[in-house]
Order: sequence, then C-alpha cells, then structure tokens
Amino acid sequence: MAIKKFIVGSFDDEKVLFPAVKKVRKAGYKIHDVYTPFPIHGLDTAMGLRDTSLHTAGFIYGITGTTTALTFMSWVFNKDWPLNIGGKPHFPLPAFIPITFELTVLFSAVGMVLTFCYLCQLAPFVKKHHFHARATDDLFVMVLEVTGKTNEEETKAFLAAAGAKEINVQVAEADWWLGRYDKEEKLFANG
Amino acid sequence: MSFREQFEIPAKYKMWSMILMAIGIVSVLVGYFMYGTGDEHQNSRFWGTLLYNSVFFMLVVNASMFFICATTMAMGGFQMAFRRVTEAISTAVVPLGIISGVILLTLVLGHKHHIYHWLTPGNDKILLGKSGFLNANFFIIWTILSIGGWIFLGAKMRAISKEIDNREALSVEEGKAYIFKNTIWASLFLVWFGLTVMSTVPWLWLMSLDAHWYSTMYSWYTFASTFVAGMSLITLFVIYLKNQGYLELVNHEHLHDLGKFMFAFSVFWTYLWFSQYMLIWYANIPEETVYFKHRVQGPYRGIFFLNLIVNFIAPLLILMRRSSKRNYTLLVFMAALIICGHWLDFYQMVIATLSKEHVELNFFDFGVAAGFVGLIMWSTGNALTKRSLIAKNHPFFKESIIHHT
Repeated sequence: MAIKKFIVGSFDDEKVLFPAVKKVRKAGYKIHDVYTPFPIHGLDTAMGLRDTSLHTAGFIYGITGTTTALTFMSWVFNKDWPLNIGGKPHFPLPAFIPITFELTVLFSAVGMVLTFCYLCQLAPFVKKHHFHARATDDLFVMVLEVTGKTNEEETKAFLAAAGAKEINVQVAEADWWLGRYDKEEKLFANG
Repeated sequence: MSFREQFEIPAKYKMWSMILMAIGIVSVLVGYFMYGTGDEHQNSRFWGTLLYNSVFFMLVVNASMFFICATTMAMGGFQMAFRRVTEAISTAVVPLGIISGVILLTLVLGHKHHIYHWLTPGNDKILLGKSGFLNANFFIIWTILSIGGWIFLGAKMRAISKEIDNREALSVEEGKAYIFKNTIWASLFLVWFGLTVMSTVPWLWLMSLDAHWYSTMYSWYTFASTFVAGMSLITLFVIYLKNQGYLELVNHEHLHDLGKFMFAFSVFWTYLWFSQYMLIWYANIPEETVYFKHRVQGPYRGIFFLNLIVNFIAPLLILMRRSSKRNYTLLVFMAALIICGHWLDFYQMVIATLSKEHVELNFFDFGVAAGFVGLIMWSTGNALTKRSLIAKNHPFFKESIIHHT
C-alpha cells in the first residue's frame, strides 16, 4: 500500500505504442504498467516482463491432485474398507486412472484460476485505481512511476516526443484496496 | 531480404537416403531367405514385418496431407510458412501407397490365411458372420480405392497450391474464391480420410489379424499413433531445412506450435490406448482379453510397457515446458523418439498377434524400417526441389509470417 506519483501517457495507436515502450525503457524510465483495451502480442516481451510462473504452479497443483486421488483411493480400498469388486485386486490401477485424471485436472484448473486471480489482484470488493477510463475502450495507456530522480517536465516532453496524445500527472494508490466501483470513494485526501 | 526458395538436395542427404533404401532392400532379401521360405510361422513373420512397416510409414506420411486439409478447413494460417514441407512429405504417399498396396494384395491374393484367418472362414460362425465385411473381394476393392483416393485427392491439393505460384498476388475476390476451392477439396479428402484411415482401413488391414477380436477404439488408436508420428516427421523436416539455411520465415513460434501438436496428440494417443485397455480389463471377457493376454502377461510385456513410457510419459514430462518446445535440439530428439515409439507400437500391434510365443525384434525389422525411412527421405527431398519452398501467394501467408504463440 503506497501512494505514488505517476506520469500517464495515452497513445491511440499500438504502432506508436511499441516503439514508445522501447524508447522509454531505453531511456531508463520506470514503467509501472501499460493498460490496453485488448491483449497485444509481444508487448510483454517489449516491456521486459518475465515469463509467468502460473504454469509451474499449475503443474504442482496437478501432481497434488494425482497424489490425493491415488492415496485416498488406495487407503479406502486397502485399509479403510476393503471390498471385493468383481474379483479385481485391491489396488486396481486402471480403474483408478479416470478418477486420478479428473482430480488432477480439477486441482490444477481450480488452483490456477485462484492463483491467477491472486496475481492479478482480482476479487469481489477489491478496487484499483484507473489511470484512464478509455484504457478499456480505445486508448493504450502507459504509466510511468515518478521516482526521486525523475524530472517531471522532461519526462512529459519525452512522452510527447514518443507520440503520446494525452499526458498528465496523477497521484494515486499503486496497489489495491477494499471498495466498490459503483461507489466512488475518496480514500486519500492528499497525495 | 532475399529468401532461398529453391531447395537443392545436399549430397550427404542423397547418399544417406540411398544407403537406407539399400539397407531396406537387402533386409527384405535376406529376410525372405531367412523367413519367407520357411514354414507358416516363419512366413507370417516375414509378411507381418512388411505389413506393419509399410502400413505404418504410409499412414505417417499420409497424416501430413491430413494436417494440410484439417488446417485448411479450420482456416488455419500458422502452417503456411512451412506448407511446402508438408506437401513434400505427402508426396511420399505415392511410392509408399503402391508398395503397401502390393504387399496387402499379395497377402490376400496369395491366400496367406495364417495371417488373415478370415480368408478361409470354414465353419467358423464368427468369421462367417463377419464375412460380409471381411472377404477377399471387399478387401481388394477397398484397399485400391483407399490408397487411390489418398493419392488422387492429395495430388489435387498440391496442384491447387502450386497453381498460384507463378503470378502476381491474388486480389481479395480471387483470394476468397481460392480459399473456397481449397476448402472444397480439403473437405473431400477429409471425408475420404474419415471413411478410410479413421474407420475401415485399420479394421481391414490390422485389426482383422485377430479376426475374432474387435475393438471400437482401434481405428482411432491407429490414427492417433500415425498422426502424432506424422507431426513429428514434419517437425524433423522443418528443423532440418532450417539448419540447412532454408525456411527463413519459420521461427521458434511455428516450432512451438508443432511441439504442441506432438505433446497434445501424444496425450490423445494415450487416452485412446487407455480407453481400449481399461474397458477390456474391467469387463474381463475372455474373447476380448485374448488380445491383451500375451501382450500384458506374456512375452510382450516389456515392449508393451516400454511403448507407454516412450509414447506417453516421455512426451508428457519433456514436452510440457514451454522452453522445451522452443528448443530445436530437444524437439529433434523428441520427434525421433516419438516416431520410433509409434513404430514399436505398430510392431506389437501386428507381430504380437502373429507370433504370440516368441518376441523377435532384430535386424530384419530395423532394416525394413530403415528402407522406408530412406524412401521417405528420397521422395520428400525430390518433391521439395520441384517447387518454391515459399507458398508466397497464399492469402494466409502473411498471417503465418507474423505468427506469435
């Protein structure tokens, strides 16, 4: 939870945005995030974001599901309540496979969805600051963080030169807070 | 930037394809004198080896044309950068189709009833009940029609692809008409493919070795096996050409998608393998378990489970990571492994039925397989030289260049 100062540049064309992102990074400015109306191929690489570890998490959830299914079923059929079903062995692996498969899929799917929501800070009543309302419509919004070394005027001029159509400075909460989007609340009076 | 559009066969490539084909011919000859002239058991070992090798490699190269048609129907664009490679592989259907057609017809016309028991049903009620489908006439006609259909429709698809090569770019209307024409012929191929490879042909050629036994999963299983091996073969050729400095427009994004195909269809194959096995294991009815008896509990146990490790566990764990699908060396290794694995799968599908007591996997199997590999190399290499490596006028070509996974 921290209130920070941001310089927000809005672009109206992704062809302008891409070189702008590269220039801004090369010049050493700190990109807070880029908000776009739709997913743009290659933007993550251009921004220098690392690969997500969501799939690694998914793999771990998956093998947790596999282990849960196999241990639970073998415990039930060998230890807790052994039954003779059609003369099959007490550890009938082929019969366990469909359930094991399904629990693997269930664990990894549910786990990945929840992890994804956590990483993106998506949940009911979680609110984040919107830098530009049109970022969900037709504008590509690049947000730079103002650090101690940043010269605001110079940065604004740099963004304008890179092709930004609208540039402004905002002071906002960088993280999330509890709230609702339909009820505008002024959380912080000063910035 | 200029592109190398014209493939020239490297001398080394040509030499290796010749050597492999020579090995194949020598193996067939040696095999004939070792097995072919012997008793019924020896004889069926000889013909069985020819049968599974020729059918396997023909279905693998035919899977390439299936890939072209399926992506055409799906309006797919990513494969256009290496479209000519898939086309070249599918030309190998012509020589391989002729060879396997000759082998299959020899089996039936030569009354090899120790291979195809249904040729002489006698008083066997089950075989007589199936004789409407399993009879020599139907087998001959359907085999010729199947192979002829693949060759004809495949040639048509390749001709359509070639006809826009030497002209200026298509206009929008021409492009639409062109896509429509492609769609029509691709759908015809797919319908024929569905009627043959995905249903009747594996029943006739392979499943009828166990004429009393049947499995409803069998054709899908065969298809999955050859399709994943076919995708691996495409990957191998694409990476080979890239290493030789061709296919400048293909990059790791395309290879990533080919790797995904190898990964996904290995899992699909396992799904069918398991569905076939589990239902029979569960019901435990003698006339169904007869197929698995000598495979799971008999001498083929090792090969049977090796098959599962090579074709399922290895691709699942190795190809799961994104970085491994973008690593050319690892992809080459996995593609070769998958092709060998599914070849082994075909081996146990055919030979385990013909020779239930002894496992024999020796120079003869490997030699014949090498011959077919050489033939595929030779025929694909020749086809690659015949036309530009870049299908530059295809409406989806740009989509393929900017493809991003």
